[in-house]
Amino acid sequence: MPEASQLNERPGQQPDHQPRHSAMTIAAEPKAQDAIGFNTLLKKEVMRFWSVLGQTVTAPVITALLYLLVFAQAMSGRAPIYEGVSYTQFLIPGLVMMTVIQNAFANTSSSLTQSKIMGNLVFLLMAPLGPLEWFGAYVIAALIRALLVAVVMLVVTIPFVHLPLQAPLVLATMFVLSAGSLAVLGLIAGIVASKFDHLAAFTNFFITPLSFLSGVFYSVHALPPLWFKASHLNPFFYMIDGFRYGFFGKADVPVWQSLTWSAAFFVIVSTVCLWMLFTGYKLRR
Amino acid sequence: MFYPMNHALPPITDKIPSAGTGGISGSAAAETPAIQIAGLRKRYGAVQALNGIDFSIRRGEFFGLLGPNGAGKSTLINIIAGLIRSDAGAISVLGHDTVSDWRRARRCLGIVPQELVFDPFFKVVDMLRIQAGYYGAGREVWPWIDEMLERLDLADKRKVSTRALSGGMKRRVLIAQALVHKPPVVILDEPTAGVDVELRRTLWSFMRDLHAKGTTVVLTTHYLEEAQEMCERIAIVDKGQVKIIATTEQLLARNPYRFLKLRLTDNAPLPESLRALVTSEKAGVIELKLELEKQPIASVFAALRAAGVGIDDVHTREPDLEDIFVELTARAPGVLHA
Repeated sequence: MPEASQLNERPGQQPDHQPRHSAMTIAAEPKAQDAIGFNTLLKKEVMRFWSVLGQTVTAPVITALLYLLVFAQAMSGRAPIYEGVSYTQFLIPGLVMMTVIQNAFANTSSSLTQSKIMGNLVFLLMAPLGPLEWFGAYVIAALIRALLVAVVMLVVTIPFVHLPLQAPLVLATMFVLSAGSLAVLGLIAGIVASKFDHLAAFTNFFITPLSFLSGVFYSVHALPPLWFKASHLNPFFYMIDGFRYGFFGKADVPVWQSLTWSAAFFVIVSTVCLWMLFTGYKLRR
Repeated sequence: MFYPMNHALPPITDKIPSAGTGGISGSAAAETPAIQIAGLRKRYGAVQALNGIDFSIRRGEFFGLLGPNGAGKSTLINIIAGLIRSDAGAISVLGHDTVSDWRRARRCLGIVPQELVFDPFFKVVDMLRIQAGYYGAGREVWPWIDEMLERLDLADKRKVSTRALSGGMKRRVLIAQALVHKPPVVILDEPTAGVDVELRRTLWSFMRDLHAKGTTVVLTTHYLEEAQEMCERIAIVDKGQVKIIATTEQLLARNPYRFLKLRLTDNAPLPESLRALVTSEKAGVIELKLELEKQPIASVFAALRAAGVGIDDVHTREPDLEDIFVELTARAPGVLHA
């Protein structure tokens, strides 16, 4: 094979291939470009769920409100679970957190899986965006959707049910840790899933059962001993219990336990997810 | 593109600016290849998709990458793009290693993927602005986006959802997406597969303009006449290896034959001395394959004259890229990609 440099050029054409334009240097602030890339991915992820707000916000809020209506009505005669806290009051934070959990997971997992299946993930894979930008943009977009869902639910219910706010900092921390963890879990599911069936299995056999069995509708103290112990192995239980503490200053377990378990869960899933993103697991062959 | 974000872009009618040299300057920058590939290997199970690829593409070149299906072209492009990881070897784009300096390397590249992919959530113009943002470009490229929409006949589709576009329109959007950050190196992976004549003309006119302004263009295609028409240099890849890399003229000159088509008066039989040269005979037209050096056309005419055979029509055909392709890969592209 002849050396490329030994070959002649096409007659009548430019004799060499030196650039015919003045060389420019890459922008002096590559960090600024990285920031624009990150902001764009975040904006795109927000635009994605915003463009189908009926599915991504309205529908889950209506479902949660129906739960509230049915359970509050059916359990209205029951004794208060905590002193001074009615069943309906008790129910609302749990339902809000359950909806937050499910929507944070759905946002990242469906976006990534859809992009993989549609093939448009190549636009992101070919772009100069790093694993941390992917992680941050997807998780923050999911947090925004989760916050929107939570705020709408609270705004709709507050005129009918008084909710105190005993520990707002705990409330905010539990929200971020819980929604963040499920957003990251959604990213992991999206990376692993190669078809929607995989995602549905993850949702139906993991997310939904764990969120329903996490003390949304009851106090774990009302459970038989085995289920009481089992509940303490469910990370979603701590998310809901800690979130509820933020409203009432009371919960099934000490709040530090909820904060610690939720933080630990967030760190574990984030570590797994970042490993996947850095190694290109199931993303780059 | 890679302008400082507080800078306005130069006028879009100017030469397409380079993404820069990333610290390489002066004559060193000028000598830096657009793409340098060294010792590239990739295996999928028992299949050795790439088996030691080494070549470079010069800056400002219009380069063709040809080969039959399964030759390794797409694997090579996907490794350049960062979609696939190689088992061995290295690639740099304008001097930036695609692994250790991947951000700069990717900023220098615009790739039109082979598959017709799109994001159904967005309108055409939003998709292009998002794509620009991924590369660190903001509002300053919006005029360039508008220009591309015009050039690619997408202006009336700017507010249309990408999912509502026809296949040809989606292909145009893909081309615009690849160019939105004004990359100095553009790779087109079979951009005209299954598209109509109008889009081909639009695309090639656009790419010629970009190339004239300094953009390096790498093209893979099964339409060999396109490669022959557009490319200055061509690499033919087969079974994971580069079979040859040469200028288009050099490739065409490799074939020492010429084809001569004859229609003989009253469909007279060809003299026996010429029968060995026949490659085809259809509807009264006989095609002879002549060695350029040893068998001048005049010798054929002399033989016919000696046999008393008259000629009604005569036509010569020089070997084209397809003849070379078949010679080097021993496979006809039209058959292989069917």
